Amino acid sequence: MNMLIYLIPVALLLGGLGLGAFLWSLRNGQYEDLDGAAWRVLDDDETPRA
Amino acid sequence: MSCCAPGTEGALELDGAVHALPSREELLLSARDLGDGRRQTDLSVPGVHCGACITAVERALRGVEGVEKARVNLSTKRVSIVWRAEGDGRGADPVRFAEVIRRATGYESHLFGEDIEASDRLRADLIRGVAVTGFAAANIMLLSVSVWSGADASTRDLFHWISAMIAAPALVYGGRFFYRSAWSVLKRGRTNMDVPIALAITLSYAVSLWETLHHGAHAWFDATASLLFFLLIGRTLDHVMRDRARSAITGLARLAPRGALVVQPDGSRDYRPVSEVVPGDRIAIAAGDRIPVDGIVSSGESDLDVSIATGESVPVAVRPGVAVQAGTVSLTGSLIVTATATARQSFLAEIIALMEAAEGGRAQYRRIADRAASIYAPAVHLLAILTFLGWGLFGGDWKQALLIAIAVLIITCPCALGLAVPVVQVVAAGRLFQHGIMVRDGSAMERLAEIDTVIFDKTGTLTLGRPRLIEARGKPLSRAMAAALAAHSRHPLSRAIHAAHAGPVPLVETVRELPGQGLLAEMPEGIYRLGSRAFACPQTAAQADSGASEVVLSLNGEELARFLLEDTPRPGAEEAIAALKAEGLGTLMLSGDRQTTVAAMAEQLDLDGWQAELSPQGKVEACNGLAAAGHRALMVGDGINDAPALSAAHVSMAPATAADIGRQAADIVFLHDGLDAVPTALAISRRAGRLIRENFGLAIGYNMIAVPFAIAGYATPLMASVAMSTSSLIVIANALRLNRFRRPAATSGREGQAPTGPVTREARLA
Repeated sequence: MNMLIYLIPVALLLGGLGLGAFLWSLRNGQYEDLDGAAWRVLDDDETPRA
Repeated sequence: MSCCAPGTEGALELDGAVHALPSREELLLSARDLGDGRRQTDLSVPGVHCGACITAVERALRGVEGVEKARVNLSTKRVSIVWRAEGDGRGADPVRFAEVIRRATGYESHLFGEDIEASDRLRADLIRGVAVTGFAAANIMLLSVSVWSGADASTRDLFHWISAMIAAPALVYGGRFFYRSAWSVLKRGRTNMDVPIALAITLSYAVSLWETLHHGAHAWFDATASLLFFLLIGRTLDHVMRDRARSAITGLARLAPRGALVVQPDGSRDYRPVSEVVPGDRIAIAAGDRIPVDGIVSSGESDLDVSIATGESVPVAVRPGVAVQAGTVSLTGSLIVTATATARQSFLAEIIALMEAAEGGRAQYRRIADRAASIYAPAVHLLAILTFLGWGLFGGDWKQALLIAIAVLIITCPCALGLAVPVVQVVAAGRLFQHGIMVRDGSAMERLAEIDTVIFDKTGTLTLGRPRLIEARGKPLSRAMAAALAAHSRHPLSRAIHAAHAGPVPLVETVRELPGQGLLAEMPEGIYRLGSRAFACPQTAAQADSGASEVVLSLNGEELARFLLEDTPRPGAEEAIAALKAEGLGTLMLSGDRQTTVAAMAEQLDLDGWQAELSPQGKVEACNGLAAAGHRALMVGDGINDAPALSAAHVSMAPATAADIGRQAADIVFLHDGLDAVPTALAISRRAGRLIRENFGLAIGYNMIAVPFAIAGYATPLMASVAMSTSSLIVIANALRLNRFRRPAATSGREGQAPTGPVTREARLA
C-alpha cells in the first residue's frame, strides 16, 4: 500500500495539469469559434495571415 | 465550393441591395480605438455559414487598403476588422467593408454595438467553475470507487481525507453561484431550485466530514462534487444561450442613427452622437438618411418613408413647416430639420411609455423550471423532515435519523431537474440559430409553445416594404421612357419601375424631382411627367383606389403609360400562413396602413381577420382584447408603432430589419428575409416544450425509485452517485434528440437557406 504515497499525488498532478491546460486554452480564446475552426482546418490557403 | 458565390443566397434573400449601409460617421463612431491609429469594427454577417464564406469574406476584406486583420467568427457570425484610420495616407474607409463583403459573397452585414464583453465575464466564470468541479468530481470518484471496491480501515480514512481536501475548494469555488442565488431568494422569503441544491451540497459535505472524523464508512464527497459539476453544466448552458441571443439582438444597431449632422450657426457641419442633439439644433438630412429626432422641417422638400413609424406603406411628402418623427427616412430630397425634442423625448418616448404600460402579462409569466421548483423544493424538504422525525421517534436514534434525512436530501437533490430545462433550451436555441432565428431567453420559447393565435403587422413584416411592379400598360417605347425618368429618383416606386424594366432606355438628361408629386423632364417633344395621376394627367378623373399604388407617365398631360405597384410580400409569407393555419392557429393582421391596401393583402394571404388604420395604442388594445378572450397571441411586427403591441402580446417576434425599439421589445428576432421563420420557430419550440416535460418525467421518475430506499435507510453513496449520473445522462441524451428533429413539409422547399441543408453538405465534400 506504500505506493499510494506516490500514486495519489501523481494522479492529482496529472489531473491538475489537464485542468490547467483547459483553463489556459479558455483564456487564450481557443473556444471562441468552434464552428469556424472546423472549417479552417480544410482551408489550404498557404498565404501568411496578417 | 460554390455555395458562397454571389447570386445563390443573395438571390434567395431577394434583392438585398435595398438595405441601407451604415454611414461612414456611424461606423467611425462605433469603432473601438485600439491605440496608435488602429481601430476595430465588429460587423454581424448573419449569412456566413461555411468555410468558403470565411475565406471569401476574409480575403476580400484583406484586399481593402488599410485593413490589418480580418477574422470571421463562424459561431457568432461576426467579422472583426482591425484597420488603420489614417497615417501614411493609407487609411481604410470603413464604408467599404460592408460593400466588399456584399460584393464577395452577396451577404448583408450589420453594424455591431459594444457591450459584448461585460456578460462574457460571467460565462468565463461559470466555465471555469465547471472545469474545477469536473476535476474534483473525477478525482473524488476515482478514490470513492476504491472505497466501494473494498478499501477499509486506514486506507479508507486516507481516501476520505484526500476527497475532503479536494472537495472543499470545489464547494467554495463552484458552489458560490448557488449560494448567492439561494441567499438572495431566501432573504425575500421565497424559495427556488437553488435552495435545495445549496442545502444538499452543504449538508452532504458536512455529514461526510463528520463521518471521516469518526472513521465512518459512508462519505458523500463524490455526491457533493458531481452534483456541483452537473448543476454547473446546466447553469452554464442556460447562461450561454441567453447571452448569445442577447448580444446578437441588442448588437444589431443598424437602423438606429447614432449620430446626426448638426449645422452650426456659422454654416459648418458637425457630426455629433444623437444623444447630444438638443432642441433647436438644425440637422442636415441627406436623401436616404434616417431622421434621428423629432423636429420641424425648416428648409427643403422630400418624400418621407414613414412605414417604420406608422405602418403606412406610401411615402408622405413634407415641406418646410411640417413636423417629422424620429425614425422616418427621407427618400427623395435633402432637408434641414430643426430639432424639437432630444432623442430621449422623441416620438419614441411616447412609444416607450406605452410599452411599459403594456408589459403586464409577460412579467407575470413564470418559467417552467420555477413552477416546478415551487412544488418540488417544499416537497423535498418536507420529506426530509418527516424522515428525520419518523426515524427519531420510532427508531430512537436521533443521530442515525439525521444521517438518513440527509441521505434523502442528497438523493432528491434536483440534479437532473436542474439540467432538464436548460439542456433542451440550449439545443433548441442552437437549432433556431441555424435557421437564423435568435431567442432572447428560454422563457420566450416556453411561451411560444403555448400560443393559439398569430398577429402580423403588415408593412415590413408580411411585406418587405419594397414596392414591386404588378402591372404595366403602355407602348414599349413609353415604358422605356418611364424607366429612364425613374432612374433619376430614389423614390421606392421609381426604383421599382426602373428595376422592372429590361432593355435599353432613352437618354434623359435633365430631370427635375418635385417631392410629393413626381418627376418632370422637358424634352424636344414636350414635357414628360411621371408620378401620381393627379400630377401627370390633371384633367382626368382619379380612378378607384384598388389598394395598389398607381404611377402614370404623361406627355403634355396626355397619358402614355400606367403602372400599378404593390408592396412585395415577404418570401414564404403565403406558405408560412398556410402552415400556421394547418397547425390550427388563428391568423390576424393589425396594420396602421390604409383600409384598401390592408384588405387586399389580407385577401391575398388568406388571413382569418384584419384591422387597418390602427394607432400603436390600438394595436395594444387589440392584443389585450385577445388576451382577455383567453387567447395567447404571438405578435410579429417590425415598426416603431408595433413596439407596444410586441410587449403586450404573450410572445413576440421581429425581423432583423425592424426598428431598434421593435427589436428590443421582441422576444425572438429572425435574420433571414423569409417569413417561414415563424412556423419553424413554433415547431421547434413546441418540440422543445414536449422534451422538457419528458425530461421532468424522467428526472422525477428516478427520484421516485431512489427515494423509498433513502427513506428506508438503505441509501449508500454508491447508489446515490449511480442514480444521479444515470438520470443526468439520460436527460441530456433525451434533449439531444431535438437535433434529429426535422420539420416535415414547410421547410423542404427552402432548404437552401438553412445552413444545415444540402448546400452545406455539398460544400463540405467539395
